[in-house]
Amino acid sequence: MVNGKLLTVSASPHVRSVQTTTKIMLDVIIALLPALAVSVVAFGPRVLLVCAVSVTCAILAEYASRKIMKRSTTIGDLSAIVTGLLVAFNMPSTIPFWMVGLGSIIAIVVVKQFFGGIGQNFANPAIVARIVLLLSFGAEMTSWVKPLTWKVDAVSTATTLASLKTGVTENLPSFGDMFLGMRAGCLGETCAAALIIGGIYLCIKKVIKPIIPLTYIGTVAVIMLLKSHGNLNFVAYELLSGGLLLGAIFMATDYSTSPINTKGKVIFGIGCGIITALIRMFASMTEGVSFAILIMNLLVPYIEKATTPKPFGTPKKEKKEAAKA
Amino acid sequence: MAEKKKSLGKEFTKGIIIENPVLRLVLGTCPTLAVSTSVVNAIGMGLSAMIVLVCSNIVISCLRKIIPSKVRIPAYIVIIASFVTIVQMIVKAFVPALDSALGVYLPLIVVNCIILGRAEAFAGKNSVIASAVDGLGMGIGFTVALCCMATVREILGAGTFLADAQNLLVLFGENTLGGFNGFTVIKDSAMLKPMTILIMAPGGFFTFGILMACANKIAESKGKPKAELKGCEACPMAKNCALIAKGENCGSKEEKEEAKA
Repeated sequence: MVNGKLLTVSASPHVRSVQTTTKIMLDVIIALLPALAVSVVAFGPRVLLVCAVSVTCAILAEYASRKIMKRSTTIGDLSAIVTGLLVAFNMPSTIPFWMVGLGSIIAIVVVKQFFGGIGQNFANPAIVARIVLLLSFGAEMTSWVKPLTWKVDAVSTATTLASLKTGVTENLPSFGDMFLGMRAGCLGETCAAALIIGGIYLCIKKVIKPIIPLTYIGTVAVIMLLKSHGNLNFVAYELLSGGLLLGAIFMATDYSTSPINTKGKVIFGIGCGIITALIRMFASMTEGVSFAILIMNLLVPYIEKATTPKPFGTPKKEKKEAAKA
Repeated sequence: MAEKKKSLGKEFTKGIIIENPVLRLVLGTCPTLAVSTSVVNAIGMGLSAMIVLVCSNIVISCLRKIIPSKVRIPAYIVIIASFVTIVQMIVKAFVPALDSALGVYLPLIVVNCIILGRAEAFAGKNSVIASAVDGLGMGIGFTVALCCMATVREILGAGTFLADAQNLLVLFGENTLGGFNGFTVIKDSAMLKPMTILIMAPGGFFTFGILMACANKIAESKGKPKAELKGCEACPMAKNCALIAKGENCGSKEEKEEAKA
């Protein structure tokens, strides 16, 4: 040290990470930006307004609820902005502004702050907000517009998933369009390329590990491959449509609602994939990503319990005997 | 016992907030969640349950020295079931619309934990008048809790308040209060819409949780212990609990079983 001391004696931890919540959240926001940019091009400037309303409501709700509950203000960690953005990403671009705001408030107040704030939420706030709005305002939440028409009352259209489900395959967008996000859907979920770029950025920055997205998407791919008897075309459409990529990369990997160790992450990802595929194949709804992630969120404590590593040296026999007794 | 000297006024008011059967004792959750989709149904359910509760409390209290303690639960159920049958017949005869609205939840008052709970915890040990007052207080507490939940859920979830009020008002004749049949609070328009999820099951749980938190807050401000996981002393049923009287707690039973195993 500069002031002449040779040794600094302090309590552990001695090795500190420079990673903070704020930095992680900033990285997530950066990773979401490409998808936002493509969405503005595809669905027009209203997308920006929807996001602005959502983020503003999220920040205000976070600030107000922390104040009312007499807790420290946590706006500085940027997590409210991430939640607000994700809520907006899960809405169609035509959604009335008050519904988006309501969604953000539910996400922040009911799901996050009621359970103790960041790190203590039992489910992904944005997912719950989406489900609440979907169940409450079904018509508004599923009024899709064709991309690049840029008007609120423009031609409404079916999503690719709905077309796939009903078997109407003539009007499906081309692969190129699907990949670049020129298809109907929620405003943040359409552009596969931008989402994948965001995901790779997060992986490089070590914000997320690629295990959950890969197992999740892989499971859906395998099931769809089996269902379509090896039709790769169909599998590719299934993977690129709906909110699968957005959900797998940005929502399923939420720290507080996904398992900690690798084994748990694999179980989590496969579970999400199976539920998503089952809902897509058999349920009356066309998309199951949000429900799949919510269900698996709720199972996380049990997954953690089942996958807790045994401390080195713990004898195996003793445990079995204890269980028998 | 010191509790016996408690004034009748206190026996009455404790059921409304401090020992509110739904929000503090968490009894009768099933009818609460199912019926609280509209205020009129909630009032109907609350009143029916209150009548059964008061009557069964009185009869059980009268018979408390005759009923052998080994068969007390079946005896209580028989008494409660008779009153439920009476109430159900009355409701069917005079307010048939309410009967069809409440459906199976009306006869299910028989197995409502509040009524059996109060019989077991209070009426079986206390005098007739105290039991009647306790039943009345608990009944009002149940009705108030149901109405609070139903108000939130009906206004936000369906956009109405007191809809189908004639279902109940028919008791006082046709077209009472000028055929009043509820207000429309939120009109279903392109601008504003009621939040359907609140009249569905998840919305019921949301409202229930938030109201429970509020009731806990009020009870805490009155010096009652927090309803957290603090052991048996914090339990709102503590003073009626036989295990605590013996100096044990709910956990000790399990511990014993574990020790045996």
